[in-house]
Amino acid sequence: MTRRLYVGTRKGLFVVEPKKSGWEIAQTALLGDPISMLLPEGNGTVTVAQAHGHFGAKLKRSRDGGKSFEDRPAPAYPEKPDGVEDIDPIHNTPIPWDLKSVWSLETGGADRPGELWCGTIPGGLFHSADDGESWQLVESLWNHEGRKLWMGGGADYPGIHSIMVDPRDSKTVRIGVSCGGIWATYDRGETWAVEGKGLRAEYAPSEQAYEPNGQDAHRSVQCRESPDTVWIQHHNGIFMSRDSGRTCSEITDVDPSVFGFAVVVHPEDPDSAWFVPGVKDEFRYPVDGRLVVTRTQNGGRSFEKLTRGLPQQHAYDLVYRHGMDIDAAGDTIAFGSTTGNLFVSDDQGEHWQAVSHTLPPIYCVRFG
Amino acid sequence: MPSIEFTPNLHRHVDCPPEALDAGTVGELLEAYFDRWPAVRGFVLDDQGAVRKHVKVIVDGRNIKDRAGLSDALGPASRIHVFQALSGG
Repeated sequence: MTRRLYVGTRKGLFVVEPKKSGWEIAQTALLGDPISMLLPEGNGTVTVAQAHGHFGAKLKRSRDGGKSFEDRPAPAYPEKPDGVEDIDPIHNTPIPWDLKSVWSLETGGADRPGELWCGTIPGGLFHSADDGESWQLVESLWNHEGRKLWMGGGADYPGIHSIMVDPRDSKTVRIGVSCGGIWATYDRGETWAVEGKGLRAEYAPSEQAYEPNGQDAHRSVQCRESPDTVWIQHHNGIFMSRDSGRTCSEITDVDPSVFGFAVVVHPEDPDSAWFVPGVKDEFRYPVDGRLVVTRTQNGGRSFEKLTRGLPQQHAYDLVYRHGMDIDAAGDTIAFGSTTGNLFVSDDQGEHWQAVSHTLPPIYCVRFG
Repeated sequence: MPSIEFTPNLHRHVDCPPEALDAGTVGELLEAYFDRWPAVRGFVLDDQGAVRKHVKVIVDGRNIKDRAGLSDALGPASRIHVFQALSGG
């Protein structure tokens, strides 16, 4: 099977493959239009979410590694009933019942072929039982009183950026929300409750700092083989859970910074995780202009800075929350930045190969 | 009969040929058009049926007033143009 790395950018899709001399761009597609999210499913199948500035968010799917695409139905919000108030509590502006952006896409689990989950801005979760032929808003979550406390962070409206289908039981699904914390269902979406106890919002009034709903979890990932472990890159810093996200502990002592957006966890070793730190919190560029990846291999007790192959002066790259991925074997890691730098490591981050320094701003990278 | 045509920028994404259709309002005309060309709906209207924020609908040279309800009246020979607002980068 061809190993591929799909890279979604502000100006289209790039398909990167390993060649004799290293990873190279093998294919470009859909050039000119932004790609907010993508979902590879192996054997050259990839679904991409386009975010057209004028014409809305759309889905397309390729069966041949990005050479050709077919249009696919995009999720749509139901008609908003008269008299329903839905107001962002921080911005005091109405939440539009309208698909603004597809922000997360996942399959429904190995035992549920053809099922898909889709997280969106402004905060709706959608489910498809027919491989994306149709989508249904998960109304149990959308109508939950707690959902109405979610708020926009960097985006104007709240968004679901992470969907973690429990590998032990696909009825259990957890989502990460900016800004809404970590939510879980144990019955495939019929009922929902906020989890993520222990997440801390330093920027909130002290009596609300530990309120789980509304936390700005930037990204959350679950270890495939040890799903009790969930890593969270939060606006405040790095958190880790040993009970699948129900309770979280904060990790504060990480050089050069605990601030960032992206995180990946090794698929087999729950104690190994990687981050790309930046200066907190509104500055968001590498500390001292040195682009580094931080890695722990002992569950967060210590971290090391990985720099070989990464620019160590005048680097101002920001890596977005979907801008890093680790492959299924756990050896190859890739990340891409707002500056259009794309790096791949085949040895868990010890050495980095620059695939390109001149891509458009990178939104998401995924192996598959 | 009123007629409708779309910005060349939209033809890049979806088939949307010009049509002449019997209708008394912008909403009636768009519904008749989407009956023939259903894929065009989501490019012009949002999920609540309002004109997308960065799309302009012009009737006989004037922007429509009712972008949510699409109630602007059409004459028997009205010409409707669907453009994108200038933005992007």
